[in-house]
Amino acid sequence: MFEVIETNARFLLIGSYPNGPLGGLALTLILSLLGLALAFPLGLMLALCRVAPFAVLRIVSGIFVYVMRGIPLVMLIFWSYFLVPRLTGHAVSAFTALLVTLVLYQSAYLCEVIRAGIDALPKGQFEASRSLGMTYGQTIRMVILPQSLFNMLPSLLGQFVGLVKDTSIGYVISVNELTFSAQQINNSLLTRPFEVFFLLALTYFVVCFSLTAGVNFLERRISRKSVPTNAALEVVNASAV
Amino acid sequence: MLALSKVNKWYGNYHALVDITADVQRGEVVVVCGPSGSGKSTLIRTINRLESIHKGSITLDGTDVHSKLQNVNKLRSRIGFVFQQFNLFPHLSVIENICLAPMKVLGKSKTEARDRAASLLSRVGLANKADAYPQQLSGGQQQRVAIARALAMDPPVMLFDEPTSALDPEMVGEVLSVMKSLAKDGMTMMCVTHEMGFAREVSDRVWFMDKGAILESSDPDTFFTNPEHPRAKSFISDLRH
Repeated sequence: MFEVIETNARFLLIGSYPNGPLGGLALTLILSLLGLALAFPLGLMLALCRVAPFAVLRIVSGIFVYVMRGIPLVMLIFWSYFLVPRLTGHAVSAFTALLVTLVLYQSAYLCEVIRAGIDALPKGQFEASRSLGMTYGQTIRMVILPQSLFNMLPSLLGQFVGLVKDTSIGYVISVNELTFSAQQINNSLLTRPFEVFFLLALTYFVVCFSLTAGVNFLERRISRKSVPTNAALEVVNASAV
Repeated sequence: MLALSKVNKWYGNYHALVDITADVQRGEVVVVCGPSGSGKSTLIRTINRLESIHKGSITLDGTDVHSKLQNVNKLRSRIGFVFQQFNLFPHLSVIENICLAPMKVLGKSKTEARDRAASLLSRVGLANKADAYPQQLSGGQQQRVAIARALAMDPPVMLFDEPTSALDPEMVGEVLSVMKSLAKDGMTMMCVTHEMGFAREVSDRVWFMDKGAILESSDPDTFFTNPEHPRAKSFISDLRH
C-alpha cells in the first residue's frame, strides 16, 4: 500500500507536470473550481429565468433544464467531444469539452435547487417588498435571494460535491484528471488494483469531506452573524427574564 | 382621494368583485367588514395592484392605479400596506427592515433613514427593539414594526389587510392602539378587519361586503344599530350573540 503511494504520489497529485501535462488531483481540483465558479452563476441566472415574469424566459430555461436532466452525463460528454467538432469544424480539447459539459449539466441541477429555494419562501415576502415600492430586481436581490440562498446551502453543497465527483467522468475522453491518472497507474502496476482504487476513493473522499466541512463552517458563521439560532434566542430570553 | 368605479374581478367563473363603486376621502378611516370569502381582502389588494382587476377603474389622487402606463413601484411607494402575516424580512434586523425601502426607493441616506426609523419605532412603542430580529419579537411587536415599516415611506394612505387576525388575543390591543393613534393623526386609512370594536370606535365609515359586492356603506353608528340591508342586519345580529 505505502509502496504504491510512495512511488506514485506525485503522479496522482499533479500528473507528469512540470515535464508533461498537469493532471491528477491538481487537474481535478482545477476542473472542480472552474466548474463551480461557472456553474453557480449560470444556475442562478437559469433559476431567475425559471421564475421570471416573462413566459419566453420561463419556457426556454425550462426546456434547457429538462433536456440537461433527461440525458446521462456521459452522453453529453460524447456529444461535446465528438459531435461539436463535426458540426463546427473546429477541434475541441478534451479539457474544454469536459468543463463546458460539466458546467451546463450542473447548472441545470443548481437551477432547480435555487428555484426550489425561491419557491419555498412565503409569497408574502415578495408581496411585502413590492408593496413598499421596491422593483422586481431589488426584491430578488435584497429580499428573496439572501434568504433563499442561505436556506438552500445544504442542497447547494450536495450539488457542489456532486460536481467534484462528476469530474471523474473526464476519464472517458482521456482528460488526465484523478481517475484517469489512477487508471494509468493501475495499468502500469497491473497487480495492485485494490490499493490503487482504494487510494483513489480516499482522495475523492478527503476533497469532498473538506468541502462539506468548509461550507458547514461558513453556514455557522453566517447564522451567528445574521439570523439568531434557537440557542441564541434562548440566551436572549433567559437574560430578559 | 381614493375612488373605485365599477370594479369587477373574476377568478375563472367565480365573480370575486361585483361592480364595486366607492370612495375614500382624505383623512377618512374606512373599515371593510363582512363574512369570510366576501372579497374584502381581494378588494384591498386591488388598490395597490397586488391583484389585477378585469373591469372598472381605481384612482388614487386622480392617477389611474391599474393603467398600464402607471409606474407600479412609484404608485406602491405611496400606499402603505400592512399584511395579516406581518411579512417582515427575517434576514434583516428591525431597523434594517424599516430603512430598506426608504433608502432603496426614496434614495434617503442611511442616517436620514435611521433617524426616521428610530422615531417611528418609538411611535409604535418599540424604540428598544431596533436591533432585534423579527423572530425575536412577539406577533404584536412584529405587526407594529410592519406598520412602522409602511409608515417610513410617508404614504398618504395606509391599507390594512386583517392586521390583527393572526395575533394572539392579548396582542390585538397593542396593534389596534397604534392604528387608533394613526387615525387620530388624520391618516387616511382603509382597514379590513373583524374587530368591530375598532370599527365602531375609530372608523368614519363602514363598508359591508358579501359575495364580492359592497351591500352597505354607512357611518358606524347607523351600521351597528340600524343597518339597512337584510344581509347586514343578520351579520350584526350574529355579532351580538
